[in-house]
Amino acid sequence: MAKSIKNTAGAQGASSAPSGSSSAAGALFNRLEAFAASDGRMSLLVVALGFLAGTLIVLAVGRNPANMFAALLQAMSGWDLTRGVFNVRYVGEWLAISTPLILTGLSMGFAARAGLFNIGAEGQYIVGLTVAQFAALFLPQIPVLHAVLCVLLAALGGAAWGGLVGWLKARFNASEVVATIMLNYIAFFLSRWATMRIPGANTFRTPNLPQSAQLDAGFLQRLTNGSNLNYGFFIAVACVVAYWWIMERTRLGFALRATGMNKDAAQASGINAKRSAVTSMAIAGAFAGLAGAVVALGSFNHGRVLAGQDNYGFTGIAVALVGNSTGLGVGLSGLLFGLLASGQPLMQSRGIPKEITLIISGLVVVFVSLRAGLRVILAWKRREQLVARAAAAAEAPGGAAANPGGAPASPGGGSAAAGEE
Amino acid sequence: MRDLILILPSVLMMAAPILIAAMGGLVSERAGVSNIALEGLMGIGAFTAATAHYFMEAGAGPASVWLALAFGLLAGMAVSLIHAFASVSLGADQVISGTGINLLAIGVPVFLSQIIFRMERTQPFRIGMMPGPGGVYPTAYVALAVVLLTWYLLYKRPLGLRLRACGEHPQAAAGAGVDVKAMRYGAVLASGALAGLAGGCLVLTQTIQYTQNTINGAGFIALAAVSFGRWLPKGVTGASLLFGGAVALAIYMVNVESLRRLPPEFFSVLPYLITLVTLVAFSGKDWAPQAIGKAFDKGRS
Repeated sequence: MAKSIKNTAGAQGASSAPSGSSSAAGALFNRLEAFAASDGRMSLLVVALGFLAGTLIVLAVGRNPANMFAALLQAMSGWDLTRGVFNVRYVGEWLAISTPLILTGLSMGFAARAGLFNIGAEGQYIVGLTVAQFAALFLPQIPVLHAVLCVLLAALGGAAWGGLVGWLKARFNASEVVATIMLNYIAFFLSRWATMRIPGANTFRTPNLPQSAQLDAGFLQRLTNGSNLNYGFFIAVACVVAYWWIMERTRLGFALRATGMNKDAAQASGINAKRSAVTSMAIAGAFAGLAGAVVALGSFNHGRVLAGQDNYGFTGIAVALVGNSTGLGVGLSGLLFGLLASGQPLMQSRGIPKEITLIISGLVVVFVSLRAGLRVILAWKRREQLVARAAAAAEAPGGAAANPGGAPASPGGGSAAAGEE
Repeated sequence: MRDLILILPSVLMMAAPILIAAMGGLVSERAGVSNIALEGLMGIGAFTAATAHYFMEAGAGPASVWLALAFGLLAGMAVSLIHAFASVSLGADQVISGTGINLLAIGVPVFLSQIIFRMERTQPFRIGMMPGPGGVYPTAYVALAVVLLTWYLLYKRPLGLRLRACGEHPQAAAGAGVDVKAMRYGAVLASGALAGLAGGCLVLTQTIQYTQNTINGAGFIALAAVSFGRWLPKGVTGASLLFGGAVALAIYMVNVESLRRLPPEFFSVLPYLITLVTLVAFSGKDWAPQAIGKAFDKGRS
């Protein structure tokens, strides 16, 4: 996946790995450590494990996993193996459904890099969606400008909803995890209440949105045989680039990353950690708000009174975790989860319950947490090795001389000093 | 006042599952492991209990609901093993593994419903749990027992002292001879069992089947109740009753003539709004266990 991804913890692990072990077990350990040092490779492993477990579950309930993979192949390439026909529309649908997932993934990832856990992408998405629908119905219908305004206002709405959480965190030290979850529900009910009050709306939809507000792109539809693919996809691509640029190339991104790695150290070196919390949550909210705009203006011709959570925000958590919260990584993992989502109806029609994709997503996140654990264990083992080697060096005659700067007093003292580290 | 007495049984019905799950969260967090998976574990418990009750209803008679609750409890405990393994054995990020379980809990019950019942929810059972005298469901007494037992174990037994030490200063606890990892495993499994039980209580008293919207944030509200209740059994009980009251009020207020003009969304949003406001009002001070969310590492001081 992304070879360029660098992770400080991983880089440390790799550089501090001495190639001293001569035994086969030691070699295996070194190889494992080198493998675990790469975020990209670990993500691939995690995804592969998720699919493997999903396959086993499908087998366990007596269905044919080949149908699952056939559905995924069709969703990705348009080839229907069972009937031997090709339809490029599926490719368009895949990209279209990946669009909001990439954006909510960026939302989660952006906050995560600043050390915050944004479970609120769902609520920020709902606010963006609702604002976009209102703007579409009530702003003057000037071609191009109308749609641009709708999208911008949705991003602003999401930013406000996310920024609120950052502010509560900075001002009151309120847990962002619980606050975002509550705001998800509040956004949901507010959206229902407000949308149903639009003239001509009933309990599930508003009147049709004007053409000038929609993101439909005729050439994309022609290219993909009438799929839902729209200008939103370009918004997502632009956001991936913007995300990378802000994170890796600007002072703001550096400040946010520093805050995420060590808040106290960042604060001590002159970075305002409280402002970082608000800024990062606001930008995260803007990405999720854009996801709402893309769905509202790209996938539907009418405004919706939401009946339940669309779950884009929650899947975004998995997207960001698998993508290691880097721009490119999130883009690629958004495509992967988009594939799972667009494969759902194709699986259902092949006799595989479509919730298997949700199970795979959940398993992938569980494996991501195990991945972090694997690194911790490797670091422990490495430390034990080093301690043992230091003790052995201290025991051996002349060991103290070979260890410049070490305490030459007694073997016991030497190993204790190494143990402290 | 008459309204207040009328609404009391439904407040207890709503509060009981929140209270039971919150006690689970309390035990886990006092041992130093945050458990954001309460929501998902409640879902697993609710699905298991609803399914078990549907199949046993005819054969086991009135005992069926209790057996179903036991199944829900066991299922919650089994799934929480994932969280225990990730966060205690591997020292992984507790929020991530909890989120993983929450995501799994969206998919697994509906997936299994499709396999077992060929639809996206469980087959409705005929009769759920029957209310006792005064219209109070037995789950209220279950909740009371859970609270008393938790309080007794945490504050009156050496076990509780050791468990709380694991959440405040695990290195010191380990130095005093406590097996921190075993203690945390036990705490996470206990919280899984209680969340599973809570899910069962919810589905058997408040509805007739498991659907994707059955839990609808009750687990997250329980999580908020733990911090609002300052990690004390007394406080968590009060917070759970308050949140349960808000949920019951949301349902009941629709029946009050003078309030009916307000939109129903206003009442639906109340529990979450109250939770958020109380979270903000009572956060910031250091009530939380010192070592919460941190993996235990023997070598660190």
